[in-house]
Amino acid sequence: MDFDLMITSFPKLLGATVVTLKLLSASLFFGLFLGLFFAILRLNKNIFINKFAYGYSYIFRGTPLLVQIFIIYFGLGQIEYLRTTFLWVILKEPYWCAIIAFTLNTGAYTSEILRSAFQTIKPGIIEAGKSLGISNKIIFYKIQIPIAIRQSLPAYGNEIILMMKGTSLASTVTLMDLTGVAKYIISTTFKPIEVFIVAGGIYLFMTFIIHNVIKYLEKKNSFQQ
Amino acid sequence: MELLAFGKTGWGDELFYATLMTIAVSITAMLVGFFFALIFTPLKLSKYKTLNLVGNFYTTVIRGVPELLVIYLFFFGGSGAIMYVASIFGYFEYIEINAFITGSMAIGIISGAYSTEVFRGAIQSIDKGQFEAAKVLGINKFGQFYKIILPQMLRLAIPNLSNVWQITLKDTSLISVTGLVEIMRQSYIAAGSTRDPLFFYSFAAVLYLLLTYVSMKLINKLEVKYSRGY
Repeated sequence: MDFDLMITSFPKLLGATVVTLKLLSASLFFGLFLGLFFAILRLNKNIFINKFAYGYSYIFRGTPLLVQIFIIYFGLGQIEYLRTTFLWVILKEPYWCAIIAFTLNTGAYTSEILRSAFQTIKPGIIEAGKSLGISNKIIFYKIQIPIAIRQSLPAYGNEIILMMKGTSLASTVTLMDLTGVAKYIISTTFKPIEVFIVAGGIYLFMTFIIHNVIKYLEKKNSFQQ
Repeated sequence: MELLAFGKTGWGDELFYATLMTIAVSITAMLVGFFFALIFTPLKLSKYKTLNLVGNFYTTVIRGVPELLVIYLFFFGGSGAIMYVASIFGYFEYIEINAFITGSMAIGIISGAYSTEVFRGAIQSIDKGQFEAAKVLGINKFGQFYKIILPQMLRLAIPNLSNVWQITLKDTSLISVTGLVEIMRQSYIAAGSTRDPLFFYSFAAVLYLLLTYVSMKLINKLEVKYSRGY
């Protein structure tokens, strides 16, 4: 056991954790909106809109995240037309490509979580709102959304942890996130176990924090019985 | 379409064998995972706190750390660990382990953590009366487990195990970083030599979708088979 290496590599890995957290928060933020958008499309009665939203979530949940990142980072640059538009400013940066891939991926899972949350809302609650003369818009924002958030918290907590682990794939497109730096230190020092303990410890600590925050939110939002 | 031709001109046969490799790694990893689940599920259900701790440590650490980090640990640390063990027995030559074995071990340990949780949940949701009834009838421990608990447990576990299978199948794409030629690695090679990454990575995505679709259909059949009588 090389404790010196563990101590010297800790600040470097902690610095890289900032990149991981940035990737995670950006993709969760955009992914939540995307997920909500597609969840609403899934509840639409129009069969084409419905199938389109289902196809999106099916494709992104059925393929590995690595393929999705590679298609966006290596694949899209191949289209000549894209290179001439302003989109190229974003797509040539591995950082933004990673965020786009993560957003699309987490959006697909989030849309499934939210859809099932919306579907488990008892029709009686919506009917009660209607009979009180509340408009459909207010019912959606003030009744359905708060209940859906409460319903989907446990599953969404899992999704956050899965996404945190998913950000490690950013290291395959040259980004130096926590896993990227850990790999670099391992391949220069050939001491995999020490680096794994430190980097894995940081990941576990983040998992622990996320887990407890979600637990707290669940308690706070639970219905008073 | 020429790009996918079989033979020397296209990448069809290479991608076909790469798909077989992905299937082989996934199945091996799944079996390795079952082996680990077989060890750790009893630990998690044990009466003794220390054994519980060992079981929980395994599932918590593996499920809380990125798959890629575990793969790097095995990739860089695997041969070192084997050589250390060999040196105890007086063998000091360099040993290189096969990428297939490293990869399926790494993915297997990850998949094992998920399988352990699934089996634990399934066993815990079997009615206590079933254990007691088996005991009262004087069935020996072996018979209790294989004839009474296992069939009931499988019915409850199969839907969740199909999720574990999906996760395992998708995780095998990460082994491409160690150089094992499966779908992802083969697409990377093909994309590099033809300068057509968009086509090959999209084709890889289609192959993965196909694999998940077909395996879901097969698992659904198993599910029907094990839920006879319910």
